[in-house]
Amino acid sequence: MPGVTYIEFNGAAHTVEVPVGTSLMRGAVDNNVPGIDADCGGECACATCHVYVDAAWLDKTGLPEAGSQEETMLSFAAAAQPNSRLSCQIKMREDLSGIVLRMPEGQH
Amino acid sequence: MDANVNFDAREDAYSRPLDSIDVSVPELYQNDVYQPYFERLRREDPVHYCADSKFGPYWSVTRYKDIMKVAINHQVFSSKWELGGVRLEDQVQGYERPSFIQMDEPDHGQRRMAVSPAVAPENLQRMEGIIRERTSRVLDELPHGRPFNWVQEVSIELTSRMLATLFDWPLEDRHRLMFWSDVTVCHVDTADAPVHSEAERYAELQKMAAAMKALWEERAGGNAPRYDLISMLAHSDATRHIDFRELLATCSLLIVGGNDTTRNSMSGGVWGLSQFPEQYQKLRENPELVPSLVSEIIRWHTPVLHLRRTALADFELGGKTIRKGDKVAMWFVSGNRDEEAIKDPHDLIVDRARAREHISFGFGVHRCVGNRLAELQLRILWEEILKRDLDIGVMDKPKYLRSNLIHGVRELPVQIH
Repeated sequence: MPGVTYIEFNGAAHTVEVPVGTSLMRGAVDNNVPGIDADCGGECACATCHVYVDAAWLDKTGLPEAGSQEETMLSFAAAAQPNSRLSCQIKMREDLSGIVLRMPEGQH
Repeated sequence: MDANVNFDAREDAYSRPLDSIDVSVPELYQNDVYQPYFERLRREDPVHYCADSKFGPYWSVTRYKDIMKVAINHQVFSSKWELGGVRLEDQVQGYERPSFIQMDEPDHGQRRMAVSPAVAPENLQRMEGIIRERTSRVLDELPHGRPFNWVQEVSIELTSRMLATLFDWPLEDRHRLMFWSDVTVCHVDTADAPVHSEAERYAELQKMAAAMKALWEERAGGNAPRYDLISMLAHSDATRHIDFRELLATCSLLIVGGNDTTRNSMSGGVWGLSQFPEQYQKLRENPELVPSLVSEIIRWHTPVLHLRRTALADFELGGKTIRKGDKVAMWFVSGNRDEEAIKDPHDLIVDRARAREHISFGFGVHRCVGNRLAELQLRILWEEILKRDLDIGVMDKPKYLRSNLIHGVRELPVQIH
């Protein structure tokens, strides 16, 4: 199974396997990776699975579509950056194996 | 609909004609008899039209998934005060309160972002120490061996201090903030409401706004914005020029949001755990469950009963057609007990799987901005209760507020053994 590395705000890294087709939010939650709250369960309705996509992977994940619900919800997240995504909106793919995601200080 | 204390709500809920069910009646919540009506609606008529109520005709959305659909669709479901606002009870003409909870995009977002840093993770870290110190002091000073009202001595005491801190308001004057909070949320036709007309309500809130305006002017002059809400409003480009009426509305919103919901969850949690003693025992043995408990209390109590939207276009939901202009109530208090979305929803379970996935904070762009502060205060309260292993005996059922908006606990008699 392809791997995903989640790096907590304090620097702690967790590399876990995430099945293709599963969201990167679910990959964290199902593996008890701290730092992702996912309060809405993946409906793109709360912005509490906010991550920063490592620059090397941004071409592959892409950014939220202009005018999308993800973009709107991210505009309310604390400490949003140009490489911010909601991890519930990224599905695992073979070509994302090895992807690195960093967490914000808190999910708000 | 009548809702006296001494009648069989379940019998009534299932025997009356479906179209006569009106869940906007405030006594249903005051008398704690609302659940059977929602249970029937979720099963038989989950998107329910009530043609005639004290607050006019309105739709009730009762299932978790349908509430989510309404909450995230701010393009169709408007919050605008000009259309009546976010309560089933319409804004009264001349007394409208244009705060950002009652605005659509982009006005709502711009203003919300002005205050959001006050309750963002970084600022919460600064507050944790002071919250813990106060919580410890309040718990240490509680009487032992004689009954007292938990709401007054703990819930109000802690949340009023928090509110004073958020506004950087004089601590010794905090009871005035609580008074204005009660003024804002009350139904003015309640016998013991703090005000009895919209004019009286507005007059009190004008006094509040004048006091806030004075603080605003002191703080607007400084260079760097301070961490309190007034300074943030005074320094943000989105809010620095708001007029007196919007200042009144915004402070009124932040006062209620900043204390009332957490106050009631502090009381609702003690009541809830008293109803599930084996869960409290599990918690005592596993104090690491406190964060999960906090989410579960917020779900189980559901401090905001409903929020209302107004449809800007026709919309199909649950096989019904909501028409443009219709009022739509999202009943969070029902969605959180939806058997299809949540297993054993009526039980308070301290280690519930996916406890965070409750609907109490709403969803979409209007999701509660202070949710992490609320969780922080509740987490610290329960950590400190467990640290002291307080044996809190609940002596009687809670007395609830007469309200279809706020799930308010007015009295909870307890005794510490």
